[in-house]
Amino acid sequence: MADNIITVSDDTFDEEVGASDTPVVVDFWAEWCGPCKMVAPVLEEIADDKKGALKVAKLNVDDNPRTAQRFQVMSIPTLLLFKDGEPASRIVGARSKNQILSEFEPHLV
Amino acid sequence: METGMTRNVVILGSGPAGLTAAIYTARADLNPLVIEGEPSSTSDQPGGQLMLTTEVENFPGFPGGIMGPQLMMSMREQAERFGAEIVTNKATKLDLARTPIGIWTGDPEAPEPDITTRSLIVATGARSLMLGVPNEARLLGYGVSTCATCDGFFFRGKRIAVIGGGDSAIEEALFLTKFGDSVTIIHRRKELRASKIMQDRAFKNEKIDFIWDSVVVDVLGDNNVSGLRIRDVNTGEERELDVDGVFVAIGHAPSTELFEGKLEMDGAGYLITTDGTNTTVRGVFACGDVQDHVYRQAVTAAGSGCMAAIDAERYLAGLE
Repeated sequence: MADNIITVSDDTFDEEVGASDTPVVVDFWAEWCGPCKMVAPVLEEIADDKKGALKVAKLNVDDNPRTAQRFQVMSIPTLLLFKDGEPASRIVGARSKNQILSEFEPHLV
Repeated sequence: METGMTRNVVILGSGPAGLTAAIYTARADLNPLVIEGEPSSTSDQPGGQLMLTTEVENFPGFPGGIMGPQLMMSMREQAERFGAEIVTNKATKLDLARTPIGIWTGDPEAPEPDITTRSLIVATGARSLMLGVPNEARLLGYGVSTCATCDGFFFRGKRIAVIGGGDSAIEEALFLTKFGDSVTIIHRRKELRASKIMQDRAFKNEKIDFIWDSVVVDVLGDNNVSGLRIRDVNTGEERELDVDGVFVAIGHAPSTELFEGKLEMDGAGYLITTDGTNTTVRGVFACGDVQDHVYRQAVTAAGSGCMAAIDAERYLAGLE
């Protein structure tokens, strides 16, 4: 995993995502989800391209059901963009890099 | 004006058929380009339908079974090892009447295609049908799911409905009993289309019950799914059923919109192939579920992908 992608958990979510000054994309994923595997390398590219402007975080829903439930994630992969600690945009299902960026970029300014 | 060089072979789709064609054409030094489509919950699925499954128990060579996504990642790695180039773009328009064949991956109104190729292998597969009822799309990801293996987890202890009566519906229902409190199969006929062995498993499972002769008219719920409105097809009577999750498995349709009016299809939209994998346009070959509504197995798709690669190779050799 790219070194600029962080892993968050139920315990660290508020500190890493909630209190972040930089917008954060949280990838809700699990080992048994095929489309999640397609999204992982795309997010690594985005993390590299958007370094400094956007943080990328991964949250394993298997190990961290509380956070998934808190944000009503009922389908994975779900990508949730947090701005000032609040969800600003949501993508459900795997998408290409272009699709993800065109959805999230308007929120990054 | 042409941009870039003309390719020998372009493959549309990255399921078992497309990737097998990629492995074979790459090993034949044809430098294949695989255009796998852009992922979406309701249309393209790079990696194919196996990306949405768990254990594959019938793919030869894996006596202990293999996870569907793992199998596809391995096929992909194998194709890339021999030099296949895979791009996650969507083909938006084709011109099969010109030589070389033109493929647009950006604006379909652009005057010239961005890719040209001497041969084309179509492996765009088939995709799951949705119900097409008013609130289905709005609640997708909020209780409506197209992937039981991805999302079953979120319905632990909940009431689940599975729509459909074929093998995939029953397979999903059985899988979902691991999570849900109850699984109700709603089917528009009064008997299942699924194979005998699957039917037996479903009838024996205490968590599964059936609503026969019924169709879903709408999905109910404000922020999350709270129920379904269903209609009895005999009496026309409608009623509401409280459920938290809805999994749709009502069958498949071939992904052939791009080829309408360009390649011959049967009444259901499947491409017609003759004499191996030839379509009605010379130099255009089709393999996998896009041309097969009978067998629809990973291994048959892979087999026909190999056939398409060999057919394309021979076609290209004949051009020289």
